[in-house]
Amino acid sequence: MSLIEALPIALLGALLGLDVVSFPQAMISRPIVAATLAGAFIGHPPAGLLIGVVLEMIALDTLPFGASRYPEWGSAGVVGGALFGAQPHGMPGALPACLLAALLTASISGWSMVVLRRLIAMRLEQTRDRIEEGSRNALLSLHLSGMSMDLLRGGLVTITAMMIFAPLVRAIVAIWGSDSAPSRAVVVVIAAIVAGAALWKVFHSVRHVLWFFLAGLLVWVGLLVTR
Amino acid sequence: MTAPTSSGADLPVRVKFAMYFRLLAMQGSWNYETLNGTGIGFTMEPALRYLPGGIDGPAYRAALARESRYFNAHPYLAGIAVGALVRAELDGVEPARIERFRTALAGPLGSVGDRLVWASWLPFCSLVAIGVYGAGGSPMGVVGTFLLLYNAGHILLRAWGLRIGLSRGLHVASALGNPVLRQGPQYIGCAAALVAGVALPLALQRVAGPGLGLVGGIIGAALIGIVLLARLREHAEGWRIALGVLAIFVLYSVLT
Repeated sequence: MSLIEALPIALLGALLGLDVVSFPQAMISRPIVAATLAGAFIGHPPAGLLIGVVLEMIALDTLPFGASRYPEWGSAGVVGGALFGAQPHGMPGALPACLLAALLTASISGWSMVVLRRLIAMRLEQTRDRIEEGSRNALLSLHLSGMSMDLLRGGLVTITAMMIFAPLVRAIVAIWGSDSAPSRAVVVVIAAIVAGAALWKVFHSVRHVLWFFLAGLLVWVGLLVTR
Repeated sequence: MTAPTSSGADLPVRVKFAMYFRLLAMQGSWNYETLNGTGIGFTMEPALRYLPGGIDGPAYRAALARESRYFNAHPYLAGIAVGALVRAELDGVEPARIERFRTALAGPLGSVGDRLVWASWLPFCSLVAIGVYGAGGSPMGVVGTFLLLYNAGHILLRAWGLRIGLSRGLHVASALGNPVLRQGPQYIGCAAALVAGVALPLALQRVAGPGLGLVGGIIGAALIGIVLLARLREHAEGWRIALGVLAIFVLYSVLT
């Protein structure tokens, strides 16, 4: 992938990276949305949606509580969707390799958010006196520069990840040694385990939660039987 | 210079809209020093121009400085604080009382919002979208369902918070007793568990593809993994384990 080809994807990553915290937190940065949009950019939205759903299940494990550190799924979803959408149909290694690239991107991008927050704190330190005097310009400048840096951060993470992972994923897919069925099975099991454990972590204190889950499973069994 | 206004509730509609729009960008300068304190100042700024003396007056500058200090709240519920603080500033409440109010409000707005939004509404909406995918939904259908459902709650919650804050001022604490905020996580949690029971197996079946289905081995491995990971919940992050296992599998598949 050339730099010019990666630029529109980087722009999408920048906008969705901004949505995670800065603006407007409408959750267009959730992987189920971000990966589908990136797949659509590449011309293959169903592929983007497929990897987006898997990433969404894994993302259920990380909720963005306050000052906690968490992976950033906006740029990661874009990278995963764009990479998977660009792979030829039916390649057994495509889904695991693209998923790995997306998870690595999420981890690195999460770290970049920590760096950004420290940078904003350093800039705040430089303008603290003026803000303490009630300077409107100092406050607006701090705020808008924070948002601009966040936009830049998302774009940089996305373009860097695309430049590294696009050739790497292509190479991995070309020499992939496992069959299609076990490759998919590993991804499905990983997604099921992380999502199931994440939901238990979040909802275990809710009264009668297991009964509601079992009722849902019964509905699924009913659907299987009637199909 | 803008004309002084006696109360936050009397602010022109365009100022309320400006504050609402800024609420969406409130976390633009989030940092480890003041958390979203500077964002609170940024969001309140259009309303503070209505203080006596306007934008060049000492009241405006003092209020802007005061409201830009440390604050922590869930971003969707921060509107409650913004509205209440705007009203307090415009009503001329003494600064010490405003400071005490800010300190008292920060904790509850964070914990209530985290429980309601991050730990209930967001996973619920994700599960609904995953279920739409499992039921055979198109990319547009899945993404549209998630964004419309999630943002119906998001937009309304922010608007309600700002409105209730502006109308009640420093008496806004009682709004945190609203049944939606208190009981919402319980009901949403039950609904999410029900949806999860249908949505996860359906979606996993579709991801697995027609040749694989959800065979016994996969279901068994998943159940064992869920139990193990759930027991480790305080000591392990599922996504990191997923990353490690996937890296080993990719390495194995490349080397064999």
